[in-house]
Amino acid sequence: MTKPKIAFYWCASCGGCEEAVVDLGEDLLTVVELVEVAFWPVALDFKREDVEALDDGELAAAFINGAVRTSEQEEMARLLRRKSAAVVAFGICAMLGGVPGLANLYESRDIIDAVYHEAPSVQNDDGTLPAEESRVAEGQLTLPAFGASVRTLDQVIDVDYYLPGCPPPTGLIASAVTALVEGNLPGKGAVLAPDVALCSECPRAPTKPDKLLVRAFQRPHQVLIDPELCLLAQGLICLGPATRAGCAAACPGGNMPCTGCMGPTSGVVDYGAKALSAIASVLDADGEDEITARVAEITDPVGTFYRYSLPASLLHRRVRPAARDEKAEVAP
Amino acid sequence: MSDAIVIDPLTRLEGHGKIHIFLDTDGGVDRAYLQIPELRGFEKFAQGRRAEDMPQITSRICGVCPMAHHMAATKALDALYQVEPPPAGRKIRELLYNAFMVEDHALHFFFLGGPDFIVGPDAPRQKRNILGVVDAVGLEVGKEVIGVRKQLRDLVAAVAGKAVHPVFGLPGGVSRSLSSEVRQEAAAAAARAVDFAQFALGAFREAVLGNPGYVELISSEAYTHRTYYMGLVDGANKVTFYDGTLRVVGPEGKELLTFTGRDYLDHVAEHVEPWTYMKFCFLKDIGWTGFADGAGSGVYSVAPLARLNVADGMATPRAQEAYEEFVTTLGPKPVHYTLANHWARIVELVYAAERMAELAGDPEITDPQVRALPTALPREGVGVVEAPRGTLFHHYQTDERGLVTAANLIVATQNNAARIALSVDKAARALIRNGQVGDGLLNQVEMAFRAYDPCFGCATQSLPGHMPLIVEIRDPDGALVREIRRD
Repeated sequence: MTKPKIAFYWCASCGGCEEAVVDLGEDLLTVVELVEVAFWPVALDFKREDVEALDDGELAAAFINGAVRTSEQEEMARLLRRKSAAVVAFGICAMLGGVPGLANLYESRDIIDAVYHEAPSVQNDDGTLPAEESRVAEGQLTLPAFGASVRTLDQVIDVDYYLPGCPPPTGLIASAVTALVEGNLPGKGAVLAPDVALCSECPRAPTKPDKLLVRAFQRPHQVLIDPELCLLAQGLICLGPATRAGCAAACPGGNMPCTGCMGPTSGVVDYGAKALSAIASVLDADGEDEITARVAEITDPVGTFYRYSLPASLLHRRVRPAARDEKAEVAP
Repeated sequence: MSDAIVIDPLTRLEGHGKIHIFLDTDGGVDRAYLQIPELRGFEKFAQGRRAEDMPQITSRICGVCPMAHHMAATKALDALYQVEPPPAGRKIRELLYNAFMVEDHALHFFFLGGPDFIVGPDAPRQKRNILGVVDAVGLEVGKEVIGVRKQLRDLVAAVAGKAVHPVFGLPGGVSRSLSSEVRQEAAAAAARAVDFAQFALGAFREAVLGNPGYVELISSEAYTHRTYYMGLVDGANKVTFYDGTLRVVGPEGKELLTFTGRDYLDHVAEHVEPWTYMKFCFLKDIGWTGFADGAGSGVYSVAPLARLNVADGMATPRAQEAYEEFVTTLGPKPVHYTLANHWARIVELVYAAERMAELAGDPEITDPQVRALPTALPREGVGVVEAPRGTLFHHYQTDERGLVTAANLIVATQNNAARIALSVDKAARALIRNGQVGDGLLNQVEMAFRAYDPCFGCATQSLPGHMPLIVEIRDPDGALVREIRRD
């Protein structure tokens, strides 16, 4: 019997998902015995032509990490889609956009200005900017255009499965590959992680009050955090109740609140809205003034609730004004 | 109109660096350009975020060196809130930081850079990888590399929440104290790391010093650039990673200046070119005079070789011995040989392991007092660390609520960018004559590159050191004349 062929590929990612695969350690050697890795640019020799030469659907699965920003990432995703029976969005960037997706809060020209003009260390008196085509003494040089809009993988190609996390926990990676090898995969669209809230696996869960109420929100740097008590009960914005389990509550284990990198449980359309609603439901405030005061304690709602999911949200990106009126734009 | 050669890694995929070589009419190299074709904009979307979230947000710049960004950001928060961590908080940070340095340097040495020397620069491509290293030094070593890495990363996860991406850094300290059990684990991991580092040094010494050809290669003109060097030093001018004073020495070895992180804008500036998204750092005190080495050019270098060049030695005994052997063999300082970075990295590996052991053995590290709560109004803060690949600056300004209004990040590889560009150009010139492009070009360019362990992951996505190459030689009309590839 021939081994199933799989591919790993990265789009706009930080390399952390690749490190997570390497972190399988000796399990990685087991995985390599069960499957044939046909394509893994960071670790093994490959040729794109080799992928092109495969029959359509010949790869049992392609694990693609990173969000999609450039035309070339999009092309590669489409090619792998065609060649793969199953495509797995690997990690929260591929699934929901991830931290780099926060770039969708800004127009590309704002980013270019910040990096090449406003940065205090830049010395750029003649206003040089990277250009798609530039003339140097010896000839012509080209660069790809800078595209600021970050998309999730399923905004570009059809995705069969999702493996959340930043990066995905190694246990879930190993289970996903095993399920694949054994032909034991769930229905299309499934998220390959437990479908319960993070609180269910948090060691602090026994200290979570039945009726949890928060009188004042605290920020992590303002308080000494108790290492045993439920973080929400301490007034910290912990997104455990809105977030999927599967990481063994790693951040609460590090004595810091969950920031939601495992994404939502099933059936949730917009993770940030869900997280906001989960936090709003524990707010203990009477009257409009007090509610306003409590909400004002949440100083950065976008970065707090949509840290990993802005491109997948209903908004997707900053709303472009019809006319060029800076003041009318949605403040990030 | 000259011919052009494009070296476009990973089959023209963006985000992986690209080398474009122009030939002159005689078929020699006119100039080689290193282009970085992507930008992500962290500095912009940091705006509006809570300052205390920056250690976690900026670690997503790079999943290979998340701890470096996490720590630079955390130290910037100390400065922002004008708060000093208690001794145990500081020591826990430095312990984990050195654990990370051991793991990162070991990964580079065995998987990425080491193969060039242990297996050999002329060995076939199929052999110059971790499997070739294992063939040369034995299977046990391969297992030990995996084992040490796992033990160190488990330690980081136990304290920092996750190895990728850590969560423990807060202004004024760390999120949790170190239990005596974890301290014992740290001490065991450190002891193993010290042995492992000694072994790595031995393997390098045997491979390199046992082969005069290698020393000749390292010190050959094709891999030499006489530039300034920058790095952190401690109070005794010894190499340090977590905290210290920045010291800059010139191409002749004289100290040009020292400065603290908060004054970085007085001394470090960035130059913009239209043909790449990467900005090129230079010393403000000297100025930007183009891509040139020498005392008159503000181009400087960071990373292991630079750190050894700016320091007067190492703060731990075994590392000091290794340093002395390094200087005796390749000195006098400053050592200008780019390939000497590999050796310098091993010297640092020994130091990081020994420093880990010192910290894990310090009873004060389990003191429950690991945080000082900030009381000052936040305004502005700069944090500096030595990342594995060189000096890393994080600089934030905030409003009075601690929301970021401006962020400026100078990543390690950017400090090296101009010198890397010079190295690529020089390697190309050394090989290409009369339009004859030897296949050896690929390896020679790759070696010039790999010595820096460039982390374009910090600006783009490619893992350091992995450099699949395609050389396309095109005629003036753009038609493909010849292609050499190593995927």
